[in-house]
Amino acid sequence: MELILDGLREALARIAGLDRDLLDAASASLVVSGGATALAVVTGLPLGTALGLGRFRGRGLLLALANTGMGLPPVAVGLFVAVLIWRSGPFGELAWFCTRQAMVTAQYLLAVPMVIGLTAVAVQSVDPLLPLQLRALGASPLQVAWLVARESRLLLLSAAMAGFGAAISEIGASLMVGCNLKGDTRILTTAIAFETSKGEFGPAFAFAFALVALIFALSALTTWLQQRRRLAT
Amino acid sequence: MSLLEAHDLVVSREGRVVVRLERLAVEEGETLAILGPNGAGKTSLLLAFAALRPYAGALRWRGAVVDDPATYRRRLGTVLQRPLLLDRSVRENAGLGLALRGVARPERDERAETELARLGAAHLADRRATALSAGEAQRVSLARALALDPELLLLDEPFAALDAPTREALLGDLAHALAGRGTTTVLVTHDRDEALSLADRIAVLIDGRLRQIDVAEAVFTRPADAEVAAFVGVENVLPAHVVRATDELTLLRIGDVAVEVTAVPPAGDDFPLLCIRPDDVAVAREEARSSSVRNAFRATVTRLEPAGRRVRVTLDCGFPLIAHITRQSARDLTLAEGDRVVASFKATVPHLLPRRRR
Repeated sequence: MELILDGLREALARIAGLDRDLLDAASASLVVSGGATALAVVTGLPLGTALGLGRFRGRGLLLALANTGMGLPPVAVGLFVAVLIWRSGPFGELAWFCTRQAMVTAQYLLAVPMVIGLTAVAVQSVDPLLPLQLRALGASPLQVAWLVARESRLLLLSAAMAGFGAAISEIGASLMVGCNLKGDTRILTTAIAFETSKGEFGPAFAFAFALVALIFALSALTTWLQQRRRLAT
Repeated sequence: MSLLEAHDLVVSREGRVVVRLERLAVEEGETLAILGPNGAGKTSLLLAFAALRPYAGALRWRGAVVDDPATYRRRLGTVLQRPLLLDRSVRENAGLGLALRGVARPERDERAETELARLGAAHLADRRATALSAGEAQRVSLARALALDPELLLLDEPFAALDAPTREALLGDLAHALAGRGTTTVLVTHDRDEALSLADRIAVLIDGRLRQIDVAEAVFTRPADAEVAAFVGVENVLPAHVVRATDELTLLRIGDVAVEVTAVPPAGDDFPLLCIRPDDVAVAREEARSSSVRNAFRATVTRLEPAGRRVRVTLDCGFPLIAHITRQSARDLTLAEGDRVVASFKATVPHLLPRRRR
């Protein structure tokens, strides 16, 4: 118990004192996971919309793949990316091993199935006759997709948030391809694991609090945006 | 030349043919109701007319085959069963079709507001569409279609989900809005009153086949076959036998009872079906001493039941006969089940159908 209390005390002191390592890891987490999520949203929303609204051969298989991707083990993704960017691997010339780019790539692969799968569900949650009505009004297929996606924007926000959650809370892939370099590729999750492995519970608690606070702040923002929209209607 | 013509049109759904028509034409300026029971294929036909559902055969617009659905659809205004509004203001929803056609905001707002006003929804313009009642939302949906100033308006049971007072009010407003502009309209409905209120002609669709197309009055008084008769509310469809036919009257027997009608029996058919609308059957306590009514029968009331604003009286006159009378008449006659009454109808009322559909 003493160990925990000491750890909590030290964590609070580090947070109150804006500890340099803490700020570095928090900003690295935001940059890496934010970048991965942004890429996942930019690519995943159109793909998810096409999967949700489209009627084409192989659609069921692609949806099943997206759903499977939601449960991908981060270490498997880390292994896959590591092999790709290994010096002798197919993308070895990029020299991305132990860089933030590699971490963004790994986290993107974890986040994008989440965004695709949840986007498909989101656009399918609107009235199935709406696309027909929009076509009747003269909308092109792209306009139909855009308007339906806009109608399900609150759920799309949740899809983006789920993607961010998948990215920022994973550790296996980031550790494998980012190498946990202090001040560079050390993010909150890898920092927690590193400090815990040394028995340094104070810093570990501080990183954990920062991580939870970050996720809570973004969740609160998302919830506020969703509820504000509901109240406005 | 017809505005829209369907030739050898076959519409399928999930691999099953749901509509098969040889020809159906929509004439410019008319309101055509496609009337039929649930599952008759009405919506599938309307969606094919809107080029929103694949079909085999040909659609001709002013004589030319429709081969560019996107361009063709821009001539139409389509209203589906549900209002399907976006989570935006009512004004934006009413102008959505115009926005999709690239009309600038000031013009589309003006046209949207004009149509909203025509349909009694001008006061809703600034409200969010998600905050509307079902009736209000359907008004906006109609305004959205009319704002396009379509050459052909397609309505798929737009009143089906509304309660009776809302439906009646909206029906009146729509009839008024359409009357002023002469927009050609196709209305799909299963409601006979809606069809009668709005339509110049009625096409009866049963089991995906066009059974009859005629002016509204004729469909209701001279249905083409027994199924159409049943659907348009002709509850008395009785197998008869022609005894004698003269220029003036046809004498028939229904069971042992003689009936006189002015209708001419179908050629070569001595066993036609005699159709009488229940509204055309009168019920009295005693037979009139002198009357022009050719058919009056002693009858027993076997059943009394409410039917909307009226009372449905089932009679046994030696053959079963159904009459619809007002509630006031039922009270005045103090009718009860088992009472002996006189049922009558004029010889000019019945319509004779061939026993087998041709």
